[in-house]
Amino acid sequence: MTFDDLRPGITLPELLIPISASQIVAGAMASHDFEDVHHDKAAAQSKGVPDIFMNILTTNGLVQRFVTDWAGPAARIRRIAIRLGAPNFAGDTMKLSGEVLQVDGAERLAQIRVSGRNGLGEHVAATVTLGWESTWPRR
Amino acid sequence: MSDATDLVTRARAFVGKPAATPVAARDPVNLPAIRRWCDAMGDRNPVYQDAAAARAAGFDGIVAPPAMLDVWTMSPFRPGGRASTERMQVLELFDAAGFTGVVATNVEQDYDRYLHEGDRVHCTAIVEDVSEEKRTALGVGHFVTLRYEFTDDAGDAVGRMLFRVLKFRPPLAQAATAQAAAVPKSIPHPRPAVTHDNAFFWEGIKARRLLVQCCAACGRLRHPPGPMCPQCRSLEWRTVEASGRGTIHSFVVMHQPRLPALHYPLTILLVELAEGVRVVANLLEAGAQQLQIGRAVALDFVEVEPGYLLPAFRLA
Repeated sequence: MTFDDLRPGITLPELLIPISASQIVAGAMASHDFEDVHHDKAAAQSKGVPDIFMNILTTNGLVQRFVTDWAGPAARIRRIAIRLGAPNFAGDTMKLSGEVLQVDGAERLAQIRVSGRNGLGEHVAATVTLGWESTWPRR
Repeated sequence: MSDATDLVTRARAFVGKPAATPVAARDPVNLPAIRRWCDAMGDRNPVYQDAAAARAAGFDGIVAPPAMLDVWTMSPFRPGGRASTERMQVLELFDAAGFTGVVATNVEQDYDRYLHEGDRVHCTAIVEDVSEEKRTALGVGHFVTLRYEFTDDAGDAVGRMLFRVLKFRPPLAQAATAQAAAVPKSIPHPRPAVTHDNAFFWEGIKARRLLVQCCAACGRLRHPPGPMCPQCRSLEWRTVEASGRGTIHSFVVMHQPRLPALHYPLTILLVELAEGVRVVANLLEAGAQQLQIGRAVALDFVEVEPGYLLPAFRLA
């Protein structure tokens, strides 16, 4: 994928993420998030939810992975905005889909809209800004 | 003044003030932590782990995934919960008032540059906003918005973040109903009919092994499982474990009819295993537009329901 290939409306290859309890816990630990609702089912239930659920840092990571899997290593993530809806509970599956929203030829930026849906509805709605440019700091 | 108004007034006294003590990351940005994160996310972008690939992409060396911006300064695990300096008083105010539930609802991150090995991240958090009492799907609660600034050792900005959480009152009385309503799949995934002839296959899958029947008399491999060798008619057999390597012999994309427990469009592969037999299984993590006959695939296993595994393939 190069910047010049981008056109608004291009869709990204869909990605299915099985939301196992192990996936939720691995994501929480890798993002150093020790809130008990992300690894302890009894604690989650005492807070009024049926099971452990994915933390927002993992959702952020999965959305960025989904976009860069498609965009390739030359693309730089400049900005992301994420809104969470239906939680990713253990045992569900999330399907990520995405679309190029805007392309700014002068700034060499592209906005990608991402949606992740699970069995309950929309888990995540995100907008990711990618940059392809030589002026980005090398480090 | 009602209790709720009083609570909001007290919480809003924190707006514009530091939400917690400033934090310097305990460890610098480092490859082991990046690897663990990439493993958990399934992220194989080489710029995060391979210095040569990172240089080819225009960096000086490996860089951290941008989404890890706020990971470096997260509080460590402490039995019994966070230390007092790590807690946010504005959130504790809601805990004390019975709003003990917490879920993150929004994250916005801006990156000034990618972090590289050795960077030490510093972070400060300001309380930006506290909402009125809201009625939400999780229960009655308040949204608390925090704004974080991240800097490096030199004090230069590396990024910033808006983080919004909902502090809610767990609806314990309704928990049972909520549980019934929120269980993701009320209709279970279809299960195989396990028989005397194919039980070995499903036992193998449970142990994350793909077993292929092998005639004990003539050595011919066969799949799907059956009682008799189609070549020499022997009823004696053993099993061999498949390597998991294969190529796409054929595939089909199911759109209709839709079974409730499955996700559509559903891409089903007929994979020719390296051992020479063919198996049917679903495709993982790719769209049908990436497929072609002959493409190499690798075996994996998916826990579609707790304790119930299915073999599946991803692009190799």
